[in-house]
Amino acid sequence: MSPQLAAYTTSTGEAFQFWVLGTVAVIGALCTVFMKKAVHSALCLAGTMIVLAVFYLANGAYFLGIVQIVVYTGAIMMLFLFVVMLVGVTAADSLKETIKGQRWLALVCGLGFGVLLLAGIANASLKDFNGLGRANANGNVEGLAALIFTKYVFAFEITGVLLITAAVGAMVLTHRERTERAKTQRELAEQRVREGKHLPPLPAPGVYARHNAVDIAGLLPDGTPSELTVNKTLRDRGQIRDVSDEAIADLKALEQRAAERLERAEDERPALKRTEEASK
Amino acid sequence: MNPVNYLYLAALLFTIGATGVLIRRNAIVVFMCVELMLNACNLAFVTFSRMHGNLDGQIIAFFTMVVAAAEVVVGLAIIVSLFRTRHSASVDDASLMKL
Amino acid sequence: MENLIALLIAAPLLGAAVLLCGGRRLDAVGHWIGTLLAGLSFVFGALLFADMLGKAADHRTVTQHLFSWIPVSGFQADVTFRLDQLSMTFVLLITGVGSLIHLYSVGYMEHDERRRRFFGYLNLFLAAMLLLVLADNYLLLYVGWEGVGLASYLLIGFWQHKPSAATAAKKAFLVNRVGDMGLSIAIMLMFTTFGTFAFGPVFADVSGTGEGKLTAIALMLLLAACGKSAQVPLQSWLGDAMEGPTPVSALIHAATMVTAGVYLIVRSGAVFNAAPDAQLVVTVVGAVTLLFGAIVGCAKDDIKKALAGSTMSQIGYMVLAAGLGPIGYVFAIMHLVTHGFFKAGLFLGAGSVMHGMNDEVDMRKYGGLRKYMPVTFVTFGLGYLAIIGFPGLSGFFSKDKIIEAAFAKGGTEGWILGGAALLGAAITAYYMTRVMIMTFFGEKRWQPDEHGHEPHPHESPKSMTIPMIVLAFGSVFAGGLFSFGDRFLHWLEPVTGHQEGHPPVSAAVVTGATLVVLLVGAGIAYVQYGRRPVPVVAPRGSLLTRAARRDLLQDDFNHVVLVRGGEHLTRSLVYMDHTVVDGVVNGTAASVGGLSGRLRRLQNGYARSYAVSMFGGAAVLVALTLLMRAV
Repeated sequence: MSPQLAAYTTSTGEAFQFWVLGTVAVIGALCTVFMKKAVHSALCLAGTMIVLAVFYLANGAYFLGIVQIVVYTGAIMMLFLFVVMLVGVTAADSLKETIKGQRWLALVCGLGFGVLLLAGIANASLKDFNGLGRANANGNVEGLAALIFTKYVFAFEITGVLLITAAVGAMVLTHRERTERAKTQRELAEQRVREGKHLPPLPAPGVYARHNAVDIAGLLPDGTPSELTVNKTLRDRGQIRDVSDEAIADLKALEQRAAERLERAEDERPALKRTEEASK
Repeated sequence: MNPVNYLYLAALLFTIGATGVLIRRNAIVVFMCVELMLNACNLAFVTFSRMHGNLDGQIIAFFTMVVAAAEVVVGLAIIVSLFRTRHSASVDDASLMKL
Repeated sequence: MENLIALLIAAPLLGAAVLLCGGRRLDAVGHWIGTLLAGLSFVFGALLFADMLGKAADHRTVTQHLFSWIPVSGFQADVTFRLDQLSMTFVLLITGVGSLIHLYSVGYMEHDERRRRFFGYLNLFLAAMLLLVLADNYLLLYVGWEGVGLASYLLIGFWQHKPSAATAAKKAFLVNRVGDMGLSIAIMLMFTTFGTFAFGPVFADVSGTGEGKLTAIALMLLLAACGKSAQVPLQSWLGDAMEGPTPVSALIHAATMVTAGVYLIVRSGAVFNAAPDAQLVVTVVGAVTLLFGAIVGCAKDDIKKALAGSTMSQIGYMVLAAGLGPIGYVFAIMHLVTHGFFKAGLFLGAGSVMHGMNDEVDMRKYGGLRKYMPVTFVTFGLGYLAIIGFPGLSGFFSKDKIIEAAFAKGGTEGWILGGAALLGAAITAYYMTRVMIMTFFGEKRWQPDEHGHEPHPHESPKSMTIPMIVLAFGSVFAGGLFSFGDRFLHWLEPVTGHQEGHPPVSAAVVTGATLVVLLVGAGIAYVQYGRRPVPVVAPRGSLLTRAARRDLLQDDFNHVVLVRGGEHLTRSLVYMDHTVVDGVVNGTAASVGGLSGRLRRLQNGYARSYAVSMFGGAAVLVALTLLMRAV
């Protein structure tokens, strides 16, 4: 893209690009808000961000466009995805509102705010676009660098401090210092004996060796799932897949098939006898 | 096409993001909506930069990104510790001034 | 020599401190310590008196500046004592009679296990009274005034195990508070008017001050005097004060306490002289009280209460005389001194009778005691003759002068006041004769008490009879000694000033009339009680008698007007408080509470709700910004 693209007038190509990608961006934003699963929201947001990166480029902000893709979409959104995974990727949120009147108020405020903002922009009669031709004459990155290291150098230094603080803060928040020695296996076993509950090891997940995924509860003799068999973390997240109905259905199918097979066998047996008799 | 359309788009995205913050309960999604609002602002800054013909707007957008990065780091850490204590990432659960 | 003045007060004060702080180890000797220190004070007084007599009449006032009490710029309160002829008279009376009463109490309180404490209180009483009469400014006088109130409270309620005594002490204290308030207001008025409350400057400045202010000050002083001296309308405490031990009654009635009011009026003579309206009120109060007390005294069967009514009446004479101005001041004080002798004697006599009669106070259960208690009979009889004004005895000289002075007031007022005083003299003769006859003459009427103990009337021990004898001497000779050559007049004149009164009829006629009414009063009493047997149970009596038995309805009056009125006022105030004040307060609280209850719903703890408010606020800000732009 040449510097002319960022000039006062926009080309037809840019207009086309705007309308197509702008629509995508708005759809992505709406999906971010309304998708039930957080992971879908994150992906939609990532899409919107990439569109925005294209728009940056179209507006002559080459450095920002690249940074948007590399840092924002590439790093920050992936961090988001990490946390989504940590919290539970399959958990779907209910979109039902629990606070009375919240949704209406939010919609009214949102609509009012949006209308006001759009009206304000329309009212501002912004027609004179100078374009970045001159500013980007020596290259966009060089122009930004010149500003950052001269005019904004102080703010830049402070952002460095801010980032370090944020990194330390994140560590402080998430890091848990172990305050006591971890119990050894022997101690755990002794504790179990002392408390007198569940002496043998916990049962393993999986049903009749058909499913051995860790998120599937083992079934008790009556066909109900036993939560003991699933890892505590999964239990806490509510991410246990219940296959008991499936297992019971499978069992039924098996029995049916077995019955069919046996029936056929009964049909065949006289035939066998007959052949034996015939052989005699 | 008038480049002012970028501003309309930015306003629209900002409003969508803000409404999302108000509607969604999942802290992570709320956080994403905040990011959306920040990005909308950035788009407006970049457009203003083009309008005025200087790079100051882009510098501000750059700083916004840095601050957003710092914010994400801390915010996600908060969400993780919140999830650890409550086993839930809903912002409505933290409605009392105690655990 | 002036340094002795402080020692006058210091001696009994030291006694009070030692006896009250000394604890049980002083129980054995406490009463003698108290008596000794009271006597020591009297010795100091006598020394100062001798010294004073050696000086010229105009140079007898001495002052002793002890220390500066409240040295604030513009408000200078000093502890300064002033000893002049007036104070000297009081000092001798207080310490002399006081010492005799101390001596008497040694015997009277012999069986009381709290005797040491009793003597401590007596010493405190003397010290406070001496401070009162020796103070050189009104503020220091006020200290003594309050001290007297405290000591009287402690002594009247000395037998605090009796509810009646405790109530009487409280009553005396409360009624006195009303008077004390008058004194404190008077002192404040003085300070705003004169800028000082020292005697000298105040009396010097009187001439240049408006009469209205002086009348206000004088009336407030009169209120104070009414409280301490049991004058109408603050008289109600005196009768109940008989609940205290008899020596206390003697002390209160003769030497201390009730004389304080008369002292205050005479001492403030300069103020009263400049406020004739206030003087008129003083005379009216005095006249009303002297009749009031006399009538009450006629109806009482309790010997001490009869004497209490008598005291009220005699103090009424003094207040009347003091209200007459310069023609009466000297006679007021003279009557005060002679009254101090014979009333102390009478009370000690009454105490002696009670001592011999198992503490029986009802005169209807006495009778014929002259044979059993000859010394008491003689001393009491001499006191009786003195108080009714028998010619030649103390009361005759002093009371006669007051009656003359009352007539000398002139005009209709003079006739009314003089007539009241004359009538009072007749009633005095009546009720005192009644007391005398019912106690010492006639048949013996005593009966065994509820435990079956027959009283065995007997003469009291020496420590009790000696003071009575000394006081009887005073009762007989003091008046003559004072009047002979107008000695007392010349003695006191430099302080109080004197002006010869001129009664509309000659002095001899007044004296004659006094003697006639005296004989009439005594005669009626003799006919009623001497000629007929005295019924042991009091007859129903006339309406006036019944009212007088109830102290002329003073307590009923106080109850209806003050207590009920106060109750109604309080109730209405409580009602006001409950409805108006509480209504406003509770209404405010309720409305705030209701509003909060509704506003609280906004604070639901959900971060998203708060975010909506923030977002709405942002929208409003945008709208405002656009509006401002548009305008």
